[in-house]
Amino acid sequence: MTVAALRYGRLKRRRAYGWLGIALALFCAVLAAGALLAILGYVVVQGVAAINWDFLTQLPHPIGVPGGGVANGIVGTFIIIATAMAIAVPIGLLTGIYLALFGRGPIPEALRFLSDVLSGVPSIAIGLFAYAVLVAPLKHFSAFSASFAFAMLMLPLLVRTSEQAIRSVPQTVREGALALGMSNFRATVGIVLPTARPAIITALLLAIARVTGETAPLLFTAFGSQYWELNPNNPMAVLALQVFNYAISPYPNWQAQAWAGAFLLVAAVFVLSVGARLMLSRAMRGLES
Amino acid sequence: MSAVATAAGQELLATKDLSAYYGEREAVGNVSLSFPRKAVTAVIGPSGCGKTTLLRCLNRIHEVAFEARVKGRVLLDGEDIYGGDVDPMAIRRRIGMVFQRPNPFPTLSILDNALACAGKGLNRRQKMECAERALHAAALWDEVKDKLRTSPLRLSGGQQQRLCIARAVAAEPEVLLMDEPTASLDPIATAVIEELMARLTDEFTIVAVTHNMQQAARVSDYSAFMLADEHGVGRLIEVDETGKLFTKPSDPRTEDYITGRFG
Ligand SMILES: Nc1ncnc2c1ncn2[C@@H]1O[C@H](COP(=O)(O)OP(=O)(O)OP(=O)(O)O)[C@@H](O)[C@H]1O
Ligand SMILES: [Mg+2]
Repeated sequence: MTVAALRYGRLKRRRAYGWLGIALALFCAVLAAGALLAILGYVVVQGVAAINWDFLTQLPHPIGVPGGGVANGIVGTFIIIATAMAIAVPIGLLTGIYLALFGRGPIPEALRFLSDVLSGVPSIAIGLFAYAVLVAPLKHFSAFSASFAFAMLMLPLLVRTSEQAIRSVPQTVREGALALGMSNFRATVGIVLPTARPAIITALLLAIARVTGETAPLLFTAFGSQYWELNPNNPMAVLALQVFNYAISPYPNWQAQAWAGAFLLVAAVFVLSVGARLMLSRAMRGLES
Repeated sequence: MSAVATAAGQELLATKDLSAYYGEREAVGNVSLSFPRKAVTAVIGPSGCGKTTLLRCLNRIHEVAFEARVKGRVLLDGEDIYGGDVDPMAIRRRIGMVFQRPNPFPTLSILDNALACAGKGLNRRQKMECAERALHAAALWDEVKDKLRTSPLRLSGGQQQRLCIARAVAAEPEVLLMDEPTASLDPIATAVIEELMARLTDEFTIVAVTHNMQQAARVSDYSAFMLADEHGVGRLIEVDETGKLFTKPSDPRTEDYITGRFG
């Protein structure tokens, strides 16, 4: 065999391997996207079939009585997430600012490490913690304890994303403000934070999306309720919990409602993610020039 | 050293034995240099010789960088701005700065950029007047007067740089530090800003860093030449009236640089 022929043989083999690799990668990509689409499609088909106006506006009906809805769970979800935001956003944002501006040295490093650890803790463990500190001592379940658990879930995400958002503002912008004789506080609050605003809103939306579908920490905190409940000191209905309870029930009527609830949750997370993407692209555009 | 340093009473700003560090790294070493009142002093020298660092020491913005330190003194009207009880914010209001790359505040309108540090306690009309004066001073008014409430990011680079000059001028400082103000601009925008610098000396003392020796020759009254020594520490080689420095430099290294033999 001549050298040229040998080379040609190798080339052919390399090309074949190349094609094989591309085909394999494509197959995996299709598989992943396909699985995702299948799940989404299934939820949408099942959910749309089961959803109706009553589902959105009525209280759950007792077992055996057809109809009814999850209105209390939808409202409860809003209340619990809003309360969690009220706790986590100020702390997370301030920590993010601190890390972005004074982010070197042992204390900031320790904070970052803690926040990373916290973000890795399973949500059920965080729920248990909330149970231990807020439910067990008070001897009753409460929406507030669920908000506390959600806040802990959001916190590491908020800390990291808001730190990055502020860091993405060029140092030259901050120095420009300081060079005019602005105080550190005014430069941060008046100039740097507004510049980082789209990125910070992205962070908030992602934090909400993170907890919207969480169920595990609700099991022994918010607990659930059959009634209208607006007092955060009492057990409260939450959509994700209702989906869970209905899904494992033996009644076809409830199972259909579980799909409708799952559809709502998926739709909410979808909207939040798209909103976050839009804000992020705005943030990138704003910082370009 | 030269006529500049000895012209007593002429100087508004002066460094005495100033050294600047980034952590352990000494970037500028033992610079003693004075900046005469209402004149343009150009700081020239090859890349990395510490021009920016020197400039940043003059309004205490150097210390904003990570682990940045300063040794020595900087005298503004005879008073050390690094003195123990001096407020850096007050110093920065008296010594304005224009950065190498235009850095308008992206979320503020053109008008609010111009007023970013002026206009406290003024009513609407006075604010407008203040902004207009600053924008006129920066030769920008005619180009932006119809879009004062729009974002500065839609301005060209040269317009953004002039907006930054307006912003600095509006704060009514005594000294204006300009770090390669035309580095990112085309010849026309450069000419506009050079003309501007000549005009601004009616009111301000200007210290301008430039890479461009023709520019230094055109706009400055005095020139200081810096060079990094073998340890990379920026040193002042010589300072003189610009005409003299460019025609009869007293140090051979200055001559090498301005005749383009290195750097
Ligand atoms: N933030 C920093 N941290 C550490 N070292 C720095 C920092 N900024 C500058 N230096 C160093 O200090 C020296 C002087 O830098 P400086 O920016 O003052 O030079 P320059 O004369 O302005 O250069 P150029 O003409 O390229 O702008 C350089 O060797 C640089 O590596
Ligand atoms: Mg420089």
